[in-house]
Amino acid sequence: MAETGTLAQVTVGLSSCGIAAGAADVMSAFESEIAARNLDVRLRRTGCVGMCYSEPIVDVDLPGEGRQTYGGITAEQVGRIVEEHLVGGTPVEEWLVRAEDRELPDEAYYSRQVRLVLRNAGTIDPESIDEYIEAGGYAALEKALTSMTPNDVIAVMKESGLRGRGGAGFPTGVKWDLAKKSPGEKKYVIVNADEGDPGAFMDRSILEGDPHSVLEGLAIAGFAIGADEGYFYVRAEYPLAVKRLEIAIADARERGFIGDGLFGTDFSFDVHVKEGAGAFVCGEETALMASIEGRRGMPRIRPPYPAVEGLWRKPSNINNVETYANVPWIIANGPEAYAAYGTETSKGTKVFALAGKIARGGLVEVPMGIGLREVIDEVGGGVPGDHEFKAVQLGGPSGGCIPREHFDIAVDYESLVKTGAIMGSGGMVVMDDTTCMVDIARFFLNFTQDESCGKCTFCRVGTKRMLEVLERICEGEGREGDIELLEELGDKIVSSSLCGLGQSAPNPVLTTLRYFRDEYEAHINEKRCPAHACKPLLTYTIDPEACTGCTLCDKVCPVGAVSGERKGIHTIDQELCTKCDACRAACKFDAVIVE
Amino acid sequence: MGATHHAREATDENLAVVDEIAAEYAGRPGSLIPILQRVQARVGYLPADVMERIAERAGVPASQVFGVASFYSQFRLKPAGKHVARVCHGTACHVQGAPALTDALCAELGVEDGETTPDGEFTVESVACVGCCSLAPVMMIEDDTFGRLTPDEARRIVRKYGK
Repeated sequence: MAETGTLAQVTVGLSSCGIAAGAADVMSAFESEIAARNLDVRLRRTGCVGMCYSEPIVDVDLPGEGRQTYGGITAEQVGRIVEEHLVGGTPVEEWLVRAEDRELPDEAYYSRQVRLVLRNAGTIDPESIDEYIEAGGYAALEKALTSMTPNDVIAVMKESGLRGRGGAGFPTGVKWDLAKKSPGEKKYVIVNADEGDPGAFMDRSILEGDPHSVLEGLAIAGFAIGADEGYFYVRAEYPLAVKRLEIAIADARERGFIGDGLFGTDFSFDVHVKEGAGAFVCGEETALMASIEGRRGMPRIRPPYPAVEGLWRKPSNINNVETYANVPWIIANGPEAYAAYGTETSKGTKVFALAGKIARGGLVEVPMGIGLREVIDEVGGGVPGDHEFKAVQLGGPSGGCIPREHFDIAVDYESLVKTGAIMGSGGMVVMDDTTCMVDIARFFLNFTQDESCGKCTFCRVGTKRMLEVLERICEGEGREGDIELLEELGDKIVSSSLCGLGQSAPNPVLTTLRYFRDEYEAHINEKRCPAHACKPLLTYTIDPEACTGCTLCDKVCPVGAVSGERKGIHTIDQELCTKCDACRAACKFDAVIVE
Repeated sequence: MGATHHAREATDENLAVVDEIAAEYAGRPGSLIPILQRVQARVGYLPADVMERIAERAGVPASQVFGVASFYSQFRLKPAGKHVARVCHGTACHVQGAPALTDALCAELGVEDGETTPDGEFTVESVACVGCCSLAPVMMIEDDTFGRLTPDEARRIVRKYGK
């Protein structure tokens, strides 16, 4: 942990979301304020603490005072924090979101969380190996290498009950055992950091906030299965994650945690980083390995499984980022401590990325088996504004939407599958009454048909046909029989595709049909979008009673469809209107009517 | 091959870039993707002649180079604008209004999604999730990320870059 004690400390969260929200400017403002006043303050960076809704986030630790967290800070606010809190010793109460010594409203975001994977996220500097070591880092690797056999490590992993966090939920210890038992001198361990599910950012945050934890987990896996070489396959869209990972690897190599003869043993381990090039299907393990080999990322038939014939046709073990990040904690604290969390069949914790129509969107880690309602309402603060919760989408393009009537289910692998959704990698996108479920189904199909590698006919052509049907429904051209056609195509794509992409591509359609069939019917039979989201089914008009002639709608209209004199009633030309919603959003008198 | 007249402009300089980068990867299997990534970073996109040179230097058929380059969305076979506005169309951005951002930018710049303005200043692209879901809707221009956007703000940001 970072040193505390005598020196005041200011920590700025510098992950991708923080930086997008302006954290880099906040950091420089602190630098110049502290320098200008010549203060003896330790200014540090950290990764994502998870409170993305409050970015940029600044922690102030005064000696003996406990950590105080500010949220939504801009560079302009920095002067006052320095003046009143750092110099004066009194926190700026109205900007605080969390304090160690008393309960502030955002405490609810944390009180239900159990942070094992995110143990260091938002507390240590991800670019400092010293801070990772101070927090107990690399002790698990040392323990495994110097006091355990590979079989001991595998036994511990099996006993912990950890299951793959990439979505499929295969028991990690069993997977390692298969790779270990595969004959062969040369073996590989691979980190799947090709986090492609739209709506998921767990792996990015872990790599940006605590890259050493994944590296340490990978090295332990290498030791367990007998691999001396590891690969990180990281999405090209995550430049900061790649940068921090490369720093971590270089530092670990320099300190002797990666390299030859680790901890005085004869175990040697080296790693490489491969950047993906933008293909969702590369999240599938055989496609990922093809991509590392420099080929088109197309899945192949399994068996042989990677444990038998993987990268460069050698036995290989692939797990995702979160799975590996769990490993050092389990080795250090024991399998019983891990298995104490969760349910009978789903042990430990799971990290979720909360996004969409939710008050507190961000990264949360909760014990398996927690109620879905608790995650959305208590941790996430529910749907903001006057809107109503409609559904939560789990598992991205492979998953499904869980409606309100299943809001009380437990979050574990088996319970989620019963609803038609899946655990997936952990994206939870909340939808409210303004979200059209047919449009969401179309959105996911558009994604999967675009990302289909084209190898299997049903996936390549079938998803395209499904998309066409969904498009015409959203455009008010839906026909009788379309719902049945979607179901038939969906069933056939599921049964005739080689890999997980195709097998699960129809899920978003099939689950919305299961729970929101009435919305499909309204689109097809009444040419009506109940959520007012499908533009071709909408008409924008101006209520002459409410219009004051303020001309604001005219000013914001990008296509010149609004006309009217100042102080006169305005009208919308239906021929020109693109239904962009700018006029309705701008009108202060609620005069723009959408039907 | 979908090479248009302006996508075939191998200059000596570009070919020298290929030679330099390919030499670094000589004898290392599985290097085609990193070579393409680094060449594109220097040249801006992958002209047909440049891909042919990569094939020659990496010792693989040109069909394989083109196959890989056209498979992955990161690779460009046509030049991009000076600035590339990438509008995130992940799930969270979609439900928070990403389509309206794309519409606004396309209207502002007078292009379709995926196109470049005739003056070569801007390219508007839709991309899959950039992983900043809690700041949705999000747009990236080069390496800068802008979150919680309205169509109007997106338009204003693009105008600023245009100056």
